[in-house]
Amino acid sequence: MSVTKGPPSEPARVLAGAAPIPDRDTAALHLRLAEVWGDAPGLAGWLTTVDHKRIALRYMVTAFVFFILGGVEAALMRAQLSRPENGLIGPDLYNQLFSTHGTTMMFLFAVPMVEAIALYFVPLMLGTRNVAFPRLNAYGYWTYLCGGTLLYVGLLSNTGPDAGWFAYTPLSGPEFSPGKRMDVWAQMITFTEIAGIISAVEIIATAFLHRAPGMALQRVPLFVWGMVTMSVMVLFAMPVVATDSMMLAMDRLVGTHFFNIAEGGDPLLWQHLFWFFAHPEVYIIFIPGLAMVSAILPTFTRRPAFGYPALVMSQLSIAFLSFSLWVHHMFATPIPQVGQGFFTASSVLVALPTAVALFCFLAMIGTGRPRWATPMLFVAGFVIVFTVGGLTGVILASIPIDLQMTDTMFVPGHIHYVLFGGFVFPMFGAFYYWFPKITGRMMSELLGRIQFGMMITGVGLAFTPLLALGVAGMPRRVYTYLPGLGWDWLNQASTVGAVLLALSVGLFLVNAIRSWRGGAPAGPDPWGGGTLEWATSSPPPAYNFAHLPVVAGREPLWERPDALPVVTGMHDDRRELLVTSAMDAIPDVREASLGPTIAPLFAALATAVTFIGGIFFPQAFIVGPALMFPALLMWGWPRGEPSSDRPIVEAP
Amino acid sequence: MRWTLPLLLLLGACAGPRHVLEPRGPNAGAISRMAIYSFWAAGVTFLLVILALVAVWRAGARRAARADADAIDPAADASATRRVVLALAAVTVVLFVYVGASVATGSAIAWPRGEPEPLVIEVTGKQWWWQVRYVTRDPSREVLTANEIHIPAGVRVRIVGSASDVIHSFWIPSLAGKQDLIPGYRTSFWIRADRPGAYGGQCAEFCGHQHAHMGLRVVAQPPADFRAWYEGQLASGAPPRTASERHGQAVFQQRTCAMCHRVAGTEAGSRVGPDLTHLATRGHIAAGTLTNTREHLARWITDPQSVKPGVRMPATQLSAADRDALLDYLQSLR
Repeated sequence: MSVTKGPPSEPARVLAGAAPIPDRDTAALHLRLAEVWGDAPGLAGWLTTVDHKRIALRYMVTAFVFFILGGVEAALMRAQLSRPENGLIGPDLYNQLFSTHGTTMMFLFAVPMVEAIALYFVPLMLGTRNVAFPRLNAYGYWTYLCGGTLLYVGLLSNTGPDAGWFAYTPLSGPEFSPGKRMDVWAQMITFTEIAGIISAVEIIATAFLHRAPGMALQRVPLFVWGMVTMSVMVLFAMPVVATDSMMLAMDRLVGTHFFNIAEGGDPLLWQHLFWFFAHPEVYIIFIPGLAMVSAILPTFTRRPAFGYPALVMSQLSIAFLSFSLWVHHMFATPIPQVGQGFFTASSVLVALPTAVALFCFLAMIGTGRPRWATPMLFVAGFVIVFTVGGLTGVILASIPIDLQMTDTMFVPGHIHYVLFGGFVFPMFGAFYYWFPKITGRMMSELLGRIQFGMMITGVGLAFTPLLALGVAGMPRRVYTYLPGLGWDWLNQASTVGAVLLALSVGLFLVNAIRSWRGGAPAGPDPWGGGTLEWATSSPPPAYNFAHLPVVAGREPLWERPDALPVVTGMHDDRRELLVTSAMDAIPDVREASLGPTIAPLFAALATAVTFIGGIFFPQAFIVGPALMFPALLMWGWPRGEPSSDRPIVEAP
Repeated sequence: MRWTLPLLLLLGACAGPRHVLEPRGPNAGAISRMAIYSFWAAGVTFLLVILALVAVWRAGARRAARADADAIDPAADASATRRVVLALAAVTVVLFVYVGASVATGSAIAWPRGEPEPLVIEVTGKQWWWQVRYVTRDPSREVLTANEIHIPAGVRVRIVGSASDVIHSFWIPSLAGKQDLIPGYRTSFWIRADRPGAYGGQCAEFCGHQHAHMGLRVVAQPPADFRAWYEGQLASGAPPRTASERHGQAVFQQRTCAMCHRVAGTEAGSRVGPDLTHLATRGHIAAGTLTNTREHLARWITDPQSVKPGVRMPATQLSAADRDALLDYLQSLR
């Protein structure tokens, strides 16, 4: 029954009870696993790692850097708008700044950040040792890094996009955006879409193949449900925008006419395809926000989730409905009246499942025993700020009101309330919640509370004036405005709010760096959480769990506080993951998991040669794939591991 | 965010000339009424959510204070479930009413079926100005102007919009919601000003460098004044009377001006830029950016890039004499 070294003589099996295993936590076992799952030391290990935690942490740090860069752009824009006819920033730079701000926050910050948090915690919550396709995961990160770097090299060399993050044709087309600015943008989209789709595939495959034995669908943590829902949305939405940006790149680089009205193309085609992606995009960012709140709330209200099936259904319905309301971004274009009515109704309807989630969260607080630690404060911030975002969204869903409010400052006000409430507050809550797990150290509660206070005040001060400015008739995306229109003091107030937000993010950084270096040791489960990520040490070892856990409920650590039952019979001399059935998580096979290699990095560089080179010379579309070929050979080169040694694991 | 509602009230008190909630015509009026109800409903809903948050916070704190409390109290959960369902039912009802009100407002701002169209104006968005053409069956009575739309007060006017380069959006907040002007598409909508007056607006769809300075004005006049204005616009450009104006006209036609601008009845016939036949009758130049004064005209002609960086109009180097003569001529175009 003990864990064996070498090929097991009998099939792996699940231990039904929590019977002690002879060498259950011996140092020798940990050493063997660390050797098998660990990376080479130093730079070599850094470049070749396929550990989901290292890659996800890298994603998080990179996405946070882009969050700060996007914030710097926002601060520059707010400085320019602080008074009428300000001469600080001219239209050429301003247009690059607002386009890069939107592009950064959507493509380089929000989506990578939600996927990073998912890539870190989904395998831990499922009780597995890595994601389903570890090398693909590494490749995804490197392509994302290439895309993000491309955008900022572009901006710093005065080649930043200047037609908005929505890049409406014909303004973004070859005639009205000559030069390379929009090519850089279109190729950056392609990079980040590749990375986004890869992460989605990882999350879905891991969640359906590698759940701990016993984790049937009705026991999957709400966090994982949310991340899987988000990933399915990514799979449907992102290919559409990748197609759209590829069509734009072809219009610009090889002279096609998809969006050229004079040659039978259609500029509105761009908008339909773009918003078919970009509306779900908001929910791709918001549903993970719900997922993070769903992870934080049970721990801090000390009760199992209230309305688990309702919350799962709410996330799924939001995801489904979000694909049926893209046209509400286009109410001011010539759309038939009947279609407009349909899209108003569907836009309003999405408020209903959102209300289900919100009410369940409130009920969870009321029927639980809440502790007001910093993560909980950010949950309260989510409720307050997101409610404003949601209500202003319902207002925008009405066509007549939208005709007045669309393309005014009201819309940036609304979307910032939605994204701060729906994602940034839950994200900071998640940071405070999981920082001890990632680093092994606690963050300062005091600084966390101050940061929360500054952030919620900053949001109110920065974005409420934008709502008011929209009602007062100020259009968005203007680099300046004339005096005497009643817009001056509101713009000043918003600028002050932006400063407060910047200080709040700075305080978080101070807190994170101080705590990382000298915070109080956290231990495996500092908050008393119930899900599996708290069952291992903080930070988790490279192999996540010495023994794969077996679960019998939604909060396994609460149900069996002494010891979890575990799986035996897994190899400890090679990388192996347990595959369980998709519905009921019955152990099925042991599957070899690929180890570290430099190939994903090479493949990503070959991809970069293709897309970045293609902006300047068409031969890159031949050179890049040619470079890709040896990288893929190296990636998939057989290792001589016995592929037949995958016996079915016996059910207990 | 806690101050949304008072702020909106405050805005009502110190509103600017382009305030959406200060309509000056029936189209914007119908929208404004619905928007005010919606803002109130949203404000009340927001307050209810905050109250609920405070209530559950206190209820939770009471439970947390009891050391013996179980993780789940079935009675409390059942009661909470009932409240959640009731709240959802209330939300559903409110949303239904809202969609109904939205559809009703939508029909209120549609062109009334069968009503005749006394006046049709074609507006074409261009980077970064508006070409305005009064559509008539009789080509000799067609008026071409730019950036300033005169309409008779109290009359429903049909606007037909398009764009010749990129997408623009027509928006006069106090008269009506916005409509995108898209190359290759024709957008049709209407405006009506209840009383005479000037109503400002600007392009609402991002259209490049000078999106911020693409202003537009609707001037509503009593019908008799409007007819007089219209007859005046039908005339050719005023012939130069003084020597300076004659010299200015020569400058206009020999230098770069005539390559883009038209003055009806003269050799300058290009329609690339705004029609200048009656330039001196307009209140603003550079698409609502500068008031139409001699100093502004001089600055705009000699250094337009300092006013609207990136604008299509090139700077024109003129001697002082040529410049003064040109200004005399332009100011004579009534």
